[in-house]
Amino acid sequence: MAAKYSQKDLLEVDGKAPGTSWMDVKTVLKKGRYSYSGNPRHVEYLGLPNPREWQPHDGDWKLPENWKEIVLEGFRERLKKHRSLKLYMDICVRCGACADKCHYYIGSGDEKNMPVVRAELMRSVYRRYFTLSGRVFGRLVGARDLTEEVIREWFYYFYQCSECRRCSVYCPYGIDTAEITMMGRELLNLIGLNINWIIEPASNCFRTGNHLGIQPHTFHDNLEFACEEIQEMTGIAVEPSINRKGAEILLVVPSADLFADPHIYTLYGYLMLLHEIGLDYTFSAYASEGGNFGLFHSNELMKRLNAKIYTEARRLGVKWILGGECGHMWRVAHQYMDTMNGPADFLETPRSPVTGTVFHNAAGTGMVHLCEFTADLIHHGRLVLDRSRNAAVRVTHHDSCNTARAMGLLEEPRYILRNSCEHFHDMPENTIREHTFCCGSGSGVGTDENLEMRLRGGLPRAAAVRYVRERHGVNMLSCICAIDKATLPALMQFWVPGVEVCGVHELLGNALVMKGESERTVNLRGETLAEAGHEKE
Amino acid sequence: MATIDLNGVMFEVDEDGFLQEPEKWTEDVAKALAGQEGVTELTDEHWKVMNYLRNYFQENGIAPMVRKLTKETGVQLKQMYELFPQGPANSACKWAGLPKPTGCV
Repeated sequence: MAAKYSQKDLLEVDGKAPGTSWMDVKTVLKKGRYSYSGNPRHVEYLGLPNPREWQPHDGDWKLPENWKEIVLEGFRERLKKHRSLKLYMDICVRCGACADKCHYYIGSGDEKNMPVVRAELMRSVYRRYFTLSGRVFGRLVGARDLTEEVIREWFYYFYQCSECRRCSVYCPYGIDTAEITMMGRELLNLIGLNINWIIEPASNCFRTGNHLGIQPHTFHDNLEFACEEIQEMTGIAVEPSINRKGAEILLVVPSADLFADPHIYTLYGYLMLLHEIGLDYTFSAYASEGGNFGLFHSNELMKRLNAKIYTEARRLGVKWILGGECGHMWRVAHQYMDTMNGPADFLETPRSPVTGTVFHNAAGTGMVHLCEFTADLIHHGRLVLDRSRNAAVRVTHHDSCNTARAMGLLEEPRYILRNSCEHFHDMPENTIREHTFCCGSGSGVGTDENLEMRLRGGLPRAAAVRYVRERHGVNMLSCICAIDKATLPALMQFWVPGVEVCGVHELLGNALVMKGESERTVNLRGETLAEAGHEKE
Repeated sequence: MATIDLNGVMFEVDEDGFLQEPEKWTEDVAKALAGQEGVTELTDEHWKVMNYLRNYFQENGIAPMVRKLTKETGVQLKQMYELFPQGPANSACKWAGLPKPTGCV
């Protein structure tokens, strides 16, 4: 798949400014840099506007006749509803601190990928229709008319932003450019401009409980399969429950953990850990998705999808919720859930039944990240970990954007890794923790057809991995997000061959010494312990 | 919706060439799709994988986990790529008439 590109081609980026105003640079949609449109069947299923057959490379996007009116009215409503949006439209001084912080700009050299310019695509329209100076002076004050050409440009560039919020870290005004992209996408969606990688998972989530379309019986079978595998490797019979009323804790993980590779090894890690400490927990086949592709579409859809978690927690009567290695789930849980779907007054402030630690930080939502929970177990000496089982693994950690920047979960994964592995090496400071570089595929743009943009956007992350690979022989990249696990393998294969991708709880599962286990001869991937970590062809 | 002509019969496909109407699948469809990727002869191993995929899809409405696929067919991942040039999802599932999975995969 990646074979049609070469490193050399993608590295030829001059980054020179075109010498004219960005407004005079015509946007041309290039194949490899956008994703396919939402399948009308799924658009319809979600009750969203303008379901129809169309593709971004078509000449006619089949917009509704009054599209302009719809977009401007939608813009007006959102300016009124979200004071943050109005603020972000007004206060940017175009200092340029964000300009070179975007991975897509670094990888493509396209100035419209500078966060400031990406936001200007929308601000220029804001000025023209919603400010007096813009109405009177037009282009002189950076205002422009809303045309179909502008809509195409929005579509192209708002789906070339992964809403990772790295640029926001550097903004002296604290402008959250991801929120601008989110509003831009909302406006596009009002006239039926969306991408299938977002629409189909969201529709599946309503239909079957999760993005992948795993039905309850399959969800059950996949968990059973995981347990059989664990038994073969450890001799221990693990029995998780699904939809069990009266369980103390509801566990919500990304559905890819029950389906994809290498995600499932992380699932094995969760199952082994929670069995070992005897946690009274249950999965849910209804709230069987941590991720929220509604976040990539609109606030409304995000809210509709996320509501399932509380509905199920209430139905099952659990005390609190534990969440797995999922990226965007934590942006939603940490920054919106409380006021959007709460108050969660039917839940208790989470308390670890093993250590007694009370997670006051999660009092509002009732949701604790599994990494916090596990780190607390290790801190209290409740786990026996044999790091030598990961001896062949030389790991570095990719801070997933949302857990890092949206919830500040920086130390816990590292603490688990250091306690589970003998060799842990961090990438350079300006590429990790809150400065972390995106995988290049977040926010629903991890599609095959968008591969060129993903490889370009993933270049800064890959370069940092290469740095630790050359210095410390790193052969494993850990992460705590299902999109990372899905897309980093292709990125590594292209830029840094020889580095594999895993979850933090996979490595923990390797190291975890379980009571009564048989002698461990293989890691969770079924590779002989002596050979594991040896580079594969 | 795009369509493709496989031996004179038209099928609706998505942009990546995955069949949109799984019920219309026949063995000839599989042969034609394989041919498009340069595989002119389908062996027993190919059929073992594709039949497993089809049965699983009919029961579950989704493709199986790759891990389960390799375990239950006995065809290891490396061999899977030899049989199906673009791998289990992009070749095997496509030839067997399954839709492409979406989400964090």
